[in-house]
Amino acid sequence: MIKRSFFGLAKPRFEYESAVGMPVKPEKISVPKKVTLFFKETCTCPSALIKCGDKVRTGQKLSLYEGSENYVISSVTGTVSALYPYTGDFGKSYTAISIDTADQEETDNTFGEAAKSVSLDTAKNFLACVPGISCACAFSDPAGTVKTVVVCGIDKDLLISTNPYIVSNCPEDVRSGVGILKKIFAADQAVVVSGKDLMKDISVIGSASGVEMRLVGSEYPAAFPQEIMRNLFEVSLPAGKSCKDMGFCFLSAEAAASVGRAFGSGQIPVTKILTLIKKDLTKVIVEARIGTPIGDIFKACEVITEDRDRIIIGGPLTGYAVYSEDYPVQPDTDAIMVQGSEAVSSVSDYPCINCGECVRICPAKVPVNMLVRLCENAQYEAAAAEYDLHSCIECGLCSVVCVARMPVFQYIRLAKYELARIAEKEAEKEKEEADV
Amino acid sequence: MFNQKKFIVSHAPFWHDGTSINQRSYHTIFAAIPAILLGIVHYGIPAVGVVCLTISSAILWELAFNKIAKRPVSIGDGNAAVIGAVFAMLLPPTIPWWGVIIGTFIAVIIGKQIFGGIGGNPLNPAGLAVAIMMLSWGGFFDFNQALVNYELNFSMAYPLHTLKNFGVSAIGDFHALDLLMGKQVGGIGATFGLGLILGGLYLIIRGFIRWEISLSFLAGVALTAFIFNVSAPEKYAGAGFHLLTGYTLVAAFFLAPEDSSSPVNFLPMLIYGLGAGVLTVLIRNIGAYVDGTIFAILFMNIVNPLLDKIRPKATGKVTQHA
Repeated sequence: MIKRSFFGLAKPRFEYESAVGMPVKPEKISVPKKVTLFFKETCTCPSALIKCGDKVRTGQKLSLYEGSENYVISSVTGTVSALYPYTGDFGKSYTAISIDTADQEETDNTFGEAAKSVSLDTAKNFLACVPGISCACAFSDPAGTVKTVVVCGIDKDLLISTNPYIVSNCPEDVRSGVGILKKIFAADQAVVVSGKDLMKDISVIGSASGVEMRLVGSEYPAAFPQEIMRNLFEVSLPAGKSCKDMGFCFLSAEAAASVGRAFGSGQIPVTKILTLIKKDLTKVIVEARIGTPIGDIFKACEVITEDRDRIIIGGPLTGYAVYSEDYPVQPDTDAIMVQGSEAVSSVSDYPCINCGECVRICPAKVPVNMLVRLCENAQYEAAAAEYDLHSCIECGLCSVVCVARMPVFQYIRLAKYELARIAEKEAEKEKEEADV
Repeated sequence: MFNQKKFIVSHAPFWHDGTSINQRSYHTIFAAIPAILLGIVHYGIPAVGVVCLTISSAILWELAFNKIAKRPVSIGDGNAAVIGAVFAMLLPPTIPWWGVIIGTFIAVIIGKQIFGGIGGNPLNPAGLAVAIMMLSWGGFFDFNQALVNYELNFSMAYPLHTLKNFGVSAIGDFHALDLLMGKQVGGIGATFGLGLILGGLYLIIRGFIRWEISLSFLAGVALTAFIFNVSAPEKYAGAGFHLLTGYTLVAAFFLAPEDSSSPVNFLPMLIYGLGAGVLTVLIRNIGAYVDGTIFAILFMNIVNPLLDKIRPKATGKVTQHA
């Protein structure tokens, strides 16, 4: 944990760690007995196409319903053993599918055929959940809407070295991936960004024609898409707009490497690289099949967990905590962090004391002290209209420095979530009225 | 799912930098100790009594309010103790016990709790208490009258009083070094300039108060006093005198930067501090009161919400023109 320095006058700095001295060899986790995959849609089990007992092969595309755009790629060969609803953060509903692994691994070749045509459609149909992709809609926009493809060789959150590892260990895959991405998106520009210490490695990638290299600052949150756009491209993201609206597509280096590998070999990659951050903050690079329960990784890496520990998927500032060691590795699980009970910091129900620490550290210059007062009292519309709720880039620094230990970041996310729900309801209502 | 370990599940972020309200409070009290100690050395046991009674009664008032209002007990955060300590710094050692009790009632209940407790007070609680006491029982804060029974080894005239009533020619006896070393009469913790400056520097370096407010306040006092002095040296005292007498230093480091009643953005902090500084000297030089510091701070407290509207444009904010 980063403590406030004795000289509190100086603004606290949160630095991305240098990738130098990173473990070179990843810890390979053997294929688990059972994997769990998440469909990003609600479970209405009886009508599902997939039934318990179905046999699946590695790399096979599984859809839950007729005509559904959501799919998962089976990461193992085996038998479907369970299909059940799962509720994630902020009430997002998923359908979980468990697959018991068979002894013999068989590979599905449907993608091999399709991979002959390198196109956005192929990517959309097969690669939307390859390792490293965080958003299922990465390939769903029509060609031409993406003007700039940005491949990040640095992870958003602190302590994570998944993407620096990819950049320095498989630059060839990233290079071919960037080339393919630029081509299939028909983008004007492809840019690889990374931290200063990986300059040499990204120069290998950058030698591909038409790929630019840029360096991001070392201070958190410089690797956030919004910050990269502002600092490196001098495009200020209007509040409430997404990077996509501005013609930018941000993908991790791992996603690019997966795309490169997929089209290179004709097989969909199913192993995820992730950083395991142990209780003493030492890091291990882990290579595991998507769907591996995190408990298996702990066993292989000799992490012993106890009651009152905290398991975090993602980094220390923006991740989310899970309650079970059965939680599976997802395509976007870049890190797993384990905190011992003594390192768990708690929040309080104190009000804001107006010390202004959050205002001074906010990278988006949001008046957090006022915003949090409104959010606390559920005045979400006023918060958005008067105190720049939508300018927040969700870095979490305000909560880290909060003297009153308020869950500031959670209030802000809750406000955004509630506003989105209100907007959704209103849209539905309008639609109904229009239908009448 | 059986025999499952029970992990702690909470929301991001999972780190905290370790600061807390009680750390802030206790360091503020720590910084006040040198100034209070000299007051105790000068005025003896009565001063000890006043300091102890202010701090303890402030805490008890807060506890009583917590109980009556059925709110969680909040005395552990140390904020009531800070209010008590700062209030004690401003008091003469001869104030009767009931004056102290009423004062801390005003500070804690009227100044803070009725606005919703910590973080909700629009005015500085200790400042408000002194202002109300000053208007109600002016005699307590007439330091010449209050300390008439003390005979210490320096002039027993309250410097600002002397200035107001006898003009610049009468303050020749007060040397800057003496004033800095606390050889003047005044509030228990308000006279030891060096101690206050050291305490203030400590708070600034540790980041417990905002340097912008303290420095701009001092700059405001110095600048205004200097202008007055230059325009009519025979009528108005110099900047150094104003900086080292009355409540100037205690206000700069303990009253003005109080969290909830002061702004948080850079420019508003400067305006707030400067405004309070200018008003202080204006009231001292051309107002009716001997020391205008408290009123200047309270006035700027009221302006604070307006000032804090001056803030940088948030990234990506789209301004809509009518």
